[in-house]
Amino acid sequence: MAIISIEGNAKQLVLTVQEYSLFAWRAFLNLFRPPIYVVDFLVQSDVIGFGSIPICVLSGFFTGGVLALQSAATLASFGATAVTGRFVALTMFRELGPVLTGVMVSGRNASSMASELGSMVVTEQIDAMRALGVDPLRKLVTPRIFACITMLFFLTILSDFMGILGGAFVTVFMNHQNGTQYFSMAWESLRYPDVIQGLVKPLFSGYIIASIGCFYGLKTTGGTQGVGRATIQAVVWSSVFIIVADFFVTRVMLFIFS
Amino acid sequence: MNTLPPSGQHGQNSVLTEETQAPVLEFQHVTISFEGPPVLNDVSFTVAPGETRILLGPAGVGKSVLLKLANGLLRPDSGSIRLFGEEIAIMPEEQLFPLRKRIGMVFQEGALFDSLTVRDNVAYQLIQQRVADEEIDERVREALTFVGLEETFSLYPSSLSGGMRRRVAIARAFIHHPELLLYDSPTGGLDPVTSTTIIELIVKERDVHRTPSLLVTHRIQDAFTLCTHHFDKEKNAMVPLPEGTIDLGTTFLMLDEGRLLFDGSLHDLVNSSNDFVREFLE
Repeated sequence: MAIISIEGNAKQLVLTVQEYSLFAWRAFLNLFRPPIYVVDFLVQSDVIGFGSIPICVLSGFFTGGVLALQSAATLASFGATAVTGRFVALTMFRELGPVLTGVMVSGRNASSMASELGSMVVTEQIDAMRALGVDPLRKLVTPRIFACITMLFFLTILSDFMGILGGAFVTVFMNHQNGTQYFSMAWESLRYPDVIQGLVKPLFSGYIIASIGCFYGLKTTGGTQGVGRATIQAVVWSSVFIIVADFFVTRVMLFIFS
Repeated sequence: MNTLPPSGQHGQNSVLTEETQAPVLEFQHVTISFEGPPVLNDVSFTVAPGETRILLGPAGVGKSVLLKLANGLLRPDSGSIRLFGEEIAIMPEEQLFPLRKRIGMVFQEGALFDSLTVRDNVAYQLIQQRVADEEIDERVREALTFVGLEETFSLYPSSLSGGMRRRVAIARAFIHHPELLLYDSPTGGLDPVTSTTIIELIVKERDVHRTPSLLVTHRIQDAFTLCTHHFDKEKNAMVPLPEGTIDLGTTFLMLDEGRLLFDGSLHDLVNSSNDFVREFLE
């Protein structure tokens, strides 16, 4: 019985990977083919981008702050507290800014996409759209992917900026160090490869968030309970894949800029 | 054969002429299953131009599945489905969209888009085709007048009753004057008065535009009403046909356990010797 269950789950996993690969490929191709639903893109940009600003501001600021707190204690033992700005800037731009922003936006938007599209599936609205001669992949998925990639790019910049501000706040008001020195070290330490590395990652994360959110939404079965399951799967898998993609992108970027 | 209705629109000549044309929809030996025994098994039938086919059967025998197969929302495991003369059983999804634009479909619960107003729901297809706003407004008002819901123009579906939602869905299906109409249990779950209103709209569309249609229902009284009534343009209402006459363009199909048990006229239906058909009618 257990073996049958394992076999069934393995087949289901392979089937899901196959379905997602085909879905993601079609969605990717649609980014470059008409019709482009500009209004839908703008609406989704508003929902994903502007709607996510508060969480990115807060998470960025406090991540930068905690980095400054943690690093100051360690750096003090080497007498190197002056490089706090460098440490915060590099960590935020290269890693924590893109990854944390991706995970935060994923929690908010992959779940929203999966539940919205899942509800449309169970109420036959997706079938109705197809019956009216409109491709849901182009009308619903492509604008979300395009908006998510674009907005995550700018949200990551905002998060990086807020992280450096958060670090500055802790450095100046809690560690009582020189603010000018902090900003000077942060600015001087950043190189183009660091910035490029940090800004390439959200392009992948944005694609992962929207494609997985929409995939699980459109795959929903089993009524309202199914919508709940789709939402959980969308958040879990998009968060995991953001971190996995981060590893590979970092590896490639380090290879390119080494 | 029953006598023909007196209305010119129901004349035998017109029916005979239309019968000589190719079918609008044709199922040939269609089978489909979903992880189990076949939901539909070797189903074959046609819908001719101007014909209204009523698909009867108890709940869960595959009526809605058959309707979704008819416009390519589902694909059969085997068999052939020809829509407007084109084979759609193996047609890629992208090629199906232009064909679907020629069909009007009314879903079981209406399937209106929650986030859009009634105006945008009814005009959905026109908006995608980038028709001018003035023309959209005019055509939406015309379609809503047809279903008697002009006052709902700016409302959202959530503020409508079940019957009103169903009528808006009918307006959405009618607005682009489709060449084939598919109705999925349009009166399911509605009270008798609202059901009669919906049936009247279907009869009106049938008799005013002569649009071929495939209607799924498990309510035998609705099916009989469709057969024994016609739309009187002068009275602007559905009226019974003279005693002993029926609409010859309206015929029946009956499904049970995935198999097509019956295909014929009302006369054949009520005189059927099949036990299941007799039990269903009783």
